[in-house]
Amino acid sequence: MTDSPALALDGLRRSFGALTAVNGVTLSVAPRERRAIIGPNGAGKTTLFNLITGHLAPTAGRILFEGAPVAGLPPHAVARRGISRSFQRTNVFPRLPVRENLRLAAAARGRGSYRMLGSVGRLWVPIERARGAAEAVGLTDRLDVPAGALSYGEQRQLEIGIALATDPKLLLLDEPTAGMSPEETHRMTSLLAGLPRAITLLIIEHDMDVVFTLADRITVLHYGEVLAEGTAAEVRADPRVYEVYLGGE
Amino acid sequence: MRRTPTLRVWGFAVLLLAVLVFPAAFGRYPVKLLQEILIWGLYAMSLDLLMGYAGMVSFGHSAFFGVGGYVAGLALTAHPGPVGALLLPALAGALAALVIGVFSTRVSGVYFIMLTLAFSQMLYAYAFQASWLGAEDGITGVPRPALFGVPTGEGFAFHVYVVTIAAGAVLFLWRVVRSPFGHVLIGIRENEGRMEAVGYPVRRYKLLAFVLGGTLAGLAGSLYAQFSGSITPDALFWKTSGEALLMVILGGTGTLGGAVLGAAAFILLQSLVSTYTERWMLILGVTFVLFVLFAPGGIVGALRGRIGLRA
Repeated sequence: MTDSPALALDGLRRSFGALTAVNGVTLSVAPRERRAIIGPNGAGKTTLFNLITGHLAPTAGRILFEGAPVAGLPPHAVARRGISRSFQRTNVFPRLPVRENLRLAAAARGRGSYRMLGSVGRLWVPIERARGAAEAVGLTDRLDVPAGALSYGEQRQLEIGIALATDPKLLLLDEPTAGMSPEETHRMTSLLAGLPRAITLLIIEHDMDVVFTLADRITVLHYGEVLAEGTAAEVRADPRVYEVYLGGE
Repeated sequence: MRRTPTLRVWGFAVLLLAVLVFPAAFGRYPVKLLQEILIWGLYAMSLDLLMGYAGMVSFGHSAFFGVGGYVAGLALTAHPGPVGALLLPALAGALAALVIGVFSTRVSGVYFIMLTLAFSQMLYAYAFQASWLGAEDGITGVPRPALFGVPTGEGFAFHVYVVTIAAGAVLFLWRVVRSPFGHVLIGIRENEGRMEAVGYPVRRYKLLAFVLGGTLAGLAGSLYAQFSGSITPDALFWKTSGEALLMVILGGTGTLGGAVLGAAAFILLQSLVSTYTERWMLILGVTFVLFVLFAPGGIVGALRGRIGLRA
């Protein structure tokens, strides 16, 4: 494998008026790596995701995905490059069945979706990929249920499933276990651990058990800046991290 | 419970046949009403594609109806053939929708409503002044075209012609809303942000839907000009947009068939009630309020609830 990173952020900055949410973040994520982003509320974690996925334009800095700049591209174009994300607040299609939630995501990249007269059932690739995503997030038995009728935990699973169905190379997960019960969190953690290793993962997460289980490396954000970065053991041993974040647990 | 496609196809075939042979059993006035329902039904369906499937509530759909009507008026006066009756008005509707859509699809919600309204009112204001379009009198004496060497004229031929176009549009739209493209529109209606995030260029899809709706509305406007023999600035006025909205909501948003039922309800109320009282608008208003309050799914929604049918 080459050493060129899957994702490289270089001096990334984003200000909202006087507030600088992300202040000169430079980091690099290797292909197949699983990286957790942790930090107290307001550290700029979600803003960082919004910058990477094109939901926000950076004030300054560069974003390179597989060596190519993606900063400033609209979200759909970023997604088409192979970057997919799940949202902190569940963001599914509540009135559509689980099957269609996943199929829509799976069909996003092909050109087949412009066909005005063809039948949806004949486009096999998205249907197969949707089935694969349903399996990966454990919703195979719930395919015909409207997403809005799923339990909260299942909706969170679907949230991941939609991101996964786009067949991403880089998957950004924004607090996948937010609001979950301990059992649901446990299920979600093993589900995430079982994702294909070929997908590079970037996870924002508050639950340190989840972080230590999943992440190869951890980046700690504090006031929009990288405070520390390293393996779980390194980060745990860092007194500054303990002071601003872990100590508060 | 699910209706089987075969039942749906048979239902459509029987209805189509009934509509076709309608003139054999009824006099001139009911036939005219039926044709009016078909034309306005086509127009309302073209709006339902935007409203009910893509979630784009347009308050300027009259622009395309009117443009189609005016282009047909000019083209048919010059040469009463299929090009002026169908091709040019449809293209004009598409082009108008493309231009208006490029600006309007940048925004959504109330801003989309206001922009589309503003564009259609600009066209109205222009047509009202333009002497080459007959100003406030519009274009009168629009001839009905000859198709395949057959003059459509007054009688059965014109009826068959209108029924054919309307039925063709219904079949076309049925296919479109079930196609991959139609499913994308429904996804946009349900959660536009998520569609964008998984990789759909949402604006492009909305623009395509808008152009498709404009094309069919242009066709409807052309049929209306042929039907009534004239086209006036009223066709472009916001009331024409409002009536389509009313028809769609009354019939049931996002059902296509509902748009035709809504058009039927609207036109029948208008013509039947207006023979008894001049206050037909009041009756229509009350009907509309009752529907929105007690049957928000419109006529189709109410029928489905009653007999347990689902689309």
